[in-house]
Amino acid sequence: MGVATDELERRIIVATQGGLPLVPDPWGAVARDLGVAPEELLARIRSMLDRGVIRRIGAVPNHYAIGYTANGMSVWDVADEAIDAVGEWLGSLAAVTHCYRRPRRLPDWPYNLFAMVHGRSHEAVRAELDDIAARIEARFPGVCRARDVLFSSAILKKTGLRIGAPG
Amino acid sequence: MNERRTPAVAPAALDDIDRALINALQGDFPLAQRPFADVGARLGLAEEEVLARLQRLLDARVLTRFGPMFQIERIGGAFCLAAMSVPDATFDRVAAQVNDFPEVAHNYRRGHALNMWFVLATERPDGIADCARRIETATGLPVFLFPKEREYFVEMKLEA
Repeated sequence: MGVATDELERRIIVATQGGLPLVPDPWGAVARDLGVAPEELLARIRSMLDRGVIRRIGAVPNHYAIGYTANGMSVWDVADEAIDAVGEWLGSLAAVTHCYRRPRRLPDWPYNLFAMVHGRSHEAVRAELDDIAARIEARFPGVCRARDVLFSSAILKKTGLRIGAPG
Repeated sequence: MNERRTPAVAPAALDDIDRALINALQGDFPLAQRPFADVGARLGLAEEEVLARLQRLLDARVLTRFGPMFQIERIGGAFCLAAMSVPDATFDRVAAQVNDFPEVAHNYRRGHALNMWFVLATERPDGIADCARRIETATGLPVFLFPKEREYFVEMKLEA
């Protein structure tokens, strides 16, 4: 929090946010572009991984293309005093890939807990969510007041982070 | 009506080697001089074949990116989920306007009155509200912001 952006790290982000070059020595190519020694680049990348500035290095699949055609954003209206317990439990389920607490936007949006569930069909995801809702009710009676699921019907954009690069 | 924007790559277009490669590349990519050779060695593939398949998967948009995934919050930036309620008649135009903002990292159409859900990524925390205002001005529609208050779990891998 509040840490000034290190100039080398910012340049690493700008150089690699669009993807790594597909060449035998991609780190060497990035290091050359940045004008630093490959060892310095790799040491810094390792540090960024350790500090969570980089979450992971690798492939980002289009989930439709690899067969996850049902991409359900489940949303839940959970009593504030119980949300951390329900959120931690929901996030621990194998079916859930992301789980966050977010603010309600009343009156349009009463939901404060978001959990992504990917599956091979809408029916499969709905069945999974019915089962999860029943288990929430059994474990945390009365705290979940409403729920919904929003399926994606199109990826409109999926480029990822883009900072500072001109053009 | 917007299904055409979804890359129409059938799961059947992937062979077992593609799937093994996608799964292997969602793990830890080696910080080494010949990382693709190292990945290939684990899978019994030559370095050139790993690179050629990876290029093909990116060209076919089976993969949307290959590289580091950043948590911009850790160096003072911000991510924020946002949503809009867009009339069907102007959906394509509004989608193009929203997608033109480089701060929009991804954008999905979803079945709800709030039918456009996107993620903003900015270098400074105050960049989020500023970008939301500029999107409202460009589109004439309100933007609802859903900042993350707490992260309970994130798993970035999907088995192919």
